[in-house]
Amino acid sequence: MRELELLIIGSGPAGLCAAISAASSGAKVLILERSFQPGGQLIKQTHMFFGSERQYASHRGVDIADILLRRAAEFGDRIELMLNATAVGFYEDNVVTVLKDEKEYFKIKAKSIICATGAFEKSLAFPNNDLPGIYGAGAVQTLMNVYGVRPGNRVLMVGAGNIGVIVSYQLMQAGIQVAAVLDAAPRIGAYLVHASKLARMGVPILCSHTIKEAIGTDCLEAAVVCRVDQRFRPIPGTERRFDVDVMCVSVGLSPLNELLAMRGAAMRYVPQLSGTVPLRTVDCETSIPGIYVAGDASGIEEASSAMAEGYLAGLCAAAGLGHVPEDYGARRQEYLGQLEDLRSGPVGDRIRAGMKLSAL
Amino acid sequence: MFEQTAVATREMVLEKFPPIERIDKGPVAVVECYQKIPCNPCQTACPFGAIQIGADINEIPRRDEALCTGCGVCVAKCPGLSIMIVDGSKSAGTVEFRIPYEFLPLPQVGERVLGLDRAGQPICRALVKKVMNPPAFDRTPVVTLEVERKYLYDFRNFRREAEAHG
Repeated sequence: MRELELLIIGSGPAGLCAAISAASSGAKVLILERSFQPGGQLIKQTHMFFGSERQYASHRGVDIADILLRRAAEFGDRIELMLNATAVGFYEDNVVTVLKDEKEYFKIKAKSIICATGAFEKSLAFPNNDLPGIYGAGAVQTLMNVYGVRPGNRVLMVGAGNIGVIVSYQLMQAGIQVAAVLDAAPRIGAYLVHASKLARMGVPILCSHTIKEAIGTDCLEAAVVCRVDQRFRPIPGTERRFDVDVMCVSVGLSPLNELLAMRGAAMRYVPQLSGTVPLRTVDCETSIPGIYVAGDASGIEEASSAMAEGYLAGLCAAAGLGHVPEDYGARRQEYLGQLEDLRSGPVGDRIRAGMKLSAL
Repeated sequence: MFEQTAVATREMVLEKFPPIERIDKGPVAVVECYQKIPCNPCQTACPFGAIQIGADINEIPRRDEALCTGCGVCVAKCPGLSIMIVDGSKSAGTVEFRIPYEFLPLPQVGERVLGLDRAGQPICRALVKKVMNPPAFDRTPVVTLEVERKYLYDFRNFRREAEAHG
């Protein structure tokens, strides 16, 4: 069984920043990535990111992946990246079981572990939601922007959060029509600058609307939507039909952190963080000493926060292993300050409330 | 309404525009950022210190029309594509807009396109005067369009005639 200092599970924005941060302190790091390419969801983000220059704001996500991978490569063999390697189990002696290339199965034991496993897309229950042509919005973004596959010709987007409006815009960039964007909430959840980009291209954004049913025999042919009242109950007689061959469901993400639950970390359901999350210190350490969490796995936020959390978790995990750099205090304050900046505005209200509930 | 439609009202738009005298003097940025979000590349990008957000990156940017030269560096830097440059100094009857346009194929100089308002509705004709897409803009091309002056507060986007988005 291979034994090592620091294992990071996931090579998205949080995992890569954690690796860079820990390696710069002197730790030796192995990153497990289940996909055949590193970068997590960054590799399909063709839009410019928000935040400040410290989180590479106004760079495109796909380019941020390249920047982070180049920085990671500068540390030579202090950062090892293992692709096609899925962590499938996490045991109390800090043994992680790994399935590599879908055939090799082996164990890794690490002194410290950072879980940066990200999130998964939530689904929605409605009649015929299993028809071909109905996707998660993130899945369509992957199809288009990673694989160059056109998902269809005319799309109905269900969900007006950031992912819903960003993917709608990218669909239009790919020459695909967007019939409408709808959301059951009474107001748009996305940053309004993103939503305004769609509005000025003539895409209707329908708040207080929900999907009633999908129609089709072999694949999606149409969708019926209707208005909802303040308690999200459908209002009879308000049905509208959209002839579409693609529907994207973008109703939020859930933290992906079953490995931490399996390991026995204290978990709690926190609606403000969009699901069950591990309790954690301000330094991203879970209830188990030496086990850290960073990014969406600890609660759904933006990639900018995931990067800052990654840097913080990497710094603190390395310090816990004895790699305490001279500027430890200053770096820690810097990352905590970045997180505070990103979460301090009105859109951070929900996150701050959630962080209180998941605080150790 | 803005939070339901993402279409800014006339009052909101007017608040972001400098006085007409300033627009008639020469190019100036209009920063249509209406919501407090954690973002500040416009402030970082401006070489003249004309866009200020301050220490809290959630604050709404304030553009100083006296310091702003209308250079347009901020236009391609805004992740929300919320900034445009307006210039009323070219003629009495028209205004020029510089707006970000991330779609292919790009329009041609001299092409007549359909001018759209903030709800994407066609309102006027617009003449493409210039298309800029240098590496520094990082794949956010900026298109200069000439529009009749009466559409100053309504024009916000354009569509090429051959296309039918949405």
